[in-house]
Amino acid sequence: MGLEAKLSGDGFFVTQLEAIINWARKNSVYPMPMGISCCAIEMMAAADPRYDIARFGSEVMRFSPRQCDLMIVAGTVTYKMSHVVRKIYDQMPDPKWVIAMGACTSTGGMYRSYSVVQGIDQFLPVDVYVAGCPPRPDNLLNALIHIQNKIGNTRAKEFQNKKRLELNVIQNN
Amino acid sequence: MDRFTKDEIHPKIIQKLLEDSDITIDDALENEMVLNMGPQHPATHGVLRLVLKLDGETVIGCVPDVGYLHRGYEKMAENMSYHEFIPHTDRLDYISPTANNVAWVMAVEKLAGVEVPVRAQYIRMIIAELARIASHLVAIGSFAMDVGALTVFLWTFREREKIMDIWDIVCGARFTNSYTRIGGVANDMQPEAIALIKKFLEGIDNNLIECEKLLNTNRIFIERLDGVGVISKEDALSYGYTGPNLRATGVDFDLRRAVPYLQYDKIDFRIPTFTEGDCLARYFVRTDEIRESAKIVRQCLQLMPSGEIKANLPKRVLPNKAEVYTKMEELILDFMLINFGINPPVGEIYHAIEGSKGELGFYLVSDGKGNPWKCKIRSPSFIHIQSLPHLVKGRMISDVVAIIGSIDPIMGEADK
Amino acid sequence: MELKEIIIQKLNEHFPDAGFEFSEYINEFNIKLDKKFIQPVCKFLKEDSELEFLLCEDITAVDWARRKKRFTVVYHIFTLKHNYRLVLKCDVEEDDCNIDSVTSVWRTSNWQERECYDMYGIKFNNHPDMRRIYMPEDFEYYPLRKEFPLMGIPGSLSLPKK
Repeated sequence: MGLEAKLSGDGFFVTQLEAIINWARKNSVYPMPMGISCCAIEMMAAADPRYDIARFGSEVMRFSPRQCDLMIVAGTVTYKMSHVVRKIYDQMPDPKWVIAMGACTSTGGMYRSYSVVQGIDQFLPVDVYVAGCPPRPDNLLNALIHIQNKIGNTRAKEFQNKKRLELNVIQNN
Repeated sequence: MDRFTKDEIHPKIIQKLLEDSDITIDDALENEMVLNMGPQHPATHGVLRLVLKLDGETVIGCVPDVGYLHRGYEKMAENMSYHEFIPHTDRLDYISPTANNVAWVMAVEKLAGVEVPVRAQYIRMIIAELARIASHLVAIGSFAMDVGALTVFLWTFREREKIMDIWDIVCGARFTNSYTRIGGVANDMQPEAIALIKKFLEGIDNNLIECEKLLNTNRIFIERLDGVGVISKEDALSYGYTGPNLRATGVDFDLRRAVPYLQYDKIDFRIPTFTEGDCLARYFVRTDEIRESAKIVRQCLQLMPSGEIKANLPKRVLPNKAEVYTKMEELILDFMLINFGINPPVGEIYHAIEGSKGELGFYLVSDGKGNPWKCKIRSPSFIHIQSLPHLVKGRMISDVVAIIGSIDPIMGEADK
Repeated sequence: MELKEIIIQKLNEHFPDAGFEFSEYINEFNIKLDKKFIQPVCKFLKEDSELEFLLCEDITAVDWARRKKRFTVVYHIFTLKHNYRLVLKCDVEEDDCNIDSVTSVWRTSNWQERECYDMYGIKFNNHPDMRRIYMPEDFEYYPLRKEFPLMGIPGSLSLPKK
């Protein structure tokens, strides 16, 4: 690997701080499994030995939003549930990303009915939409790779205190 | 639940507790609190919310709150044809989709008076029993994970993946199958699929014993479950229990035996029952049922005749896709069935099968049109969740997790 | 004597003015009765030692839209002794939209009646906890009534702020 070769030579290397933070961040994404319905089972299957999400450094599923930086919304979000999803999203520390897993999360899918939110982007900023009803676990891993690429390309100035201010407003309310 | 009385505690301590500005209670010995569990909680199997009233760590009251996954199935069913609703049944009890498919089409067939060929009935039995195995594997795995044994989860999911592979070959989808059709099944079972099923059945007994070894001799597992969440026979029936949860209380009731449907009367199988009615008994019933289901599938593979897989009723049953693309008659029939539905006669029926969680029933009212006038889904999980306050009362908060895991609710089905 | 005839005989004997109508459709035995008698009839069917309808499978309602008696509440009950299913039906008018609860007979009917109230707005008298079950508490409509549109009424359910 390139890193070891550098170390055996001079013993140090030069890079941007931003690059190394992104490198570390993108290979240790902690998902918050917002498992709501059918997709949650496929999300569990992505963690099982066959698909093995640990290969991408994301096997540490944390059920506490305070410890996570990626929210995987897996399943149909109803109007009653939407308030809960948003509350949990607000509790996650910045920077944070969202995967909308499955058709009904992304657009309402086959549920054209009175109680289902027709797409969670009505109340959440979504980074990656995953197609399928439910998506196969490989498809979820693909979405994770997309998120990793996105994290890798993030610049530090994009995380100025904008989001922090928003959070304060919510807490004050 | 023995509380200290005021005489047993030194007055200075009580005085100190009352002076503490962080504690906002009037009585120093009053320590009841309300805890909100869910709807996003790893142990609630989805989006079940429980509001628990606690005295220290003891639960003294519980109010379940459901509806966080209410998707309006019954309303949607009134607005679509009988064929269109088949994919929706997959997502009811999403751990065992094929069993729901079978339940729905059997209800519609009863309403429309369709007789299904014997081979299709055997195929339906095979997939329904495989669904039961998959469901119980997930139930045991996630139940063990809830009480702290993570390895079992990985092992049962490994077995479940094999069933997913079988479904993948049988019908082309690994998870949401929509395999059955009104009057039969979508396509015949291929020899590759049968070979895979046989291979799976060879391994399941040993692999199940492997999983059981981790649990049955595990002192922590046994002691956390033994005598927890006990429900008596009478209470269980009054609460409307069916399926494995009822059989764990000692009632020998199984719809496959009581009201035989498909070809279950030709099959030799045992109904496992336990009399304790606690979490451990519910776990044992599930492991035994996996073995019985494997036995049923083995017999089905032997008894399955060759022949047609769809009834010959052009007004009710969808034609084969290959013929739709090449023949005029079939194309017209396909068009009529898809656009106007199967129009069963005016009437109302209730049909239930033994799903993997319990009695899964559909109540259908037809007014002679292409879509049902009313469709009611009788889902076992909904009924079982109702008994949670009874089960958790007087137990510790950590037992709540075990009890939810043991009754195995699936919120997709409970909330509809 | 067949079980069906035993039930007919016993019910007529014990409840002479309940207005029973017996019918059969595809092996299902239906009994229609006056809604005032539903609680005692259910209690009798459960406690009679010869019948023992211990399992209440399902309680639901049907909205007939244009009929004079708009709703029918349907009970499916099952006896483990004879493995026999019975359907009880009671008509409920829209103006007088209530019926007696059978919670005192089967505890499972608690949530099923709540669901029925949530979806159709039929009130169950003497029910211990008559609240909505699926929809939020402040929702004003009854979704399974025929006049309610499939996609709901815009603005009736709130979304969180973005």
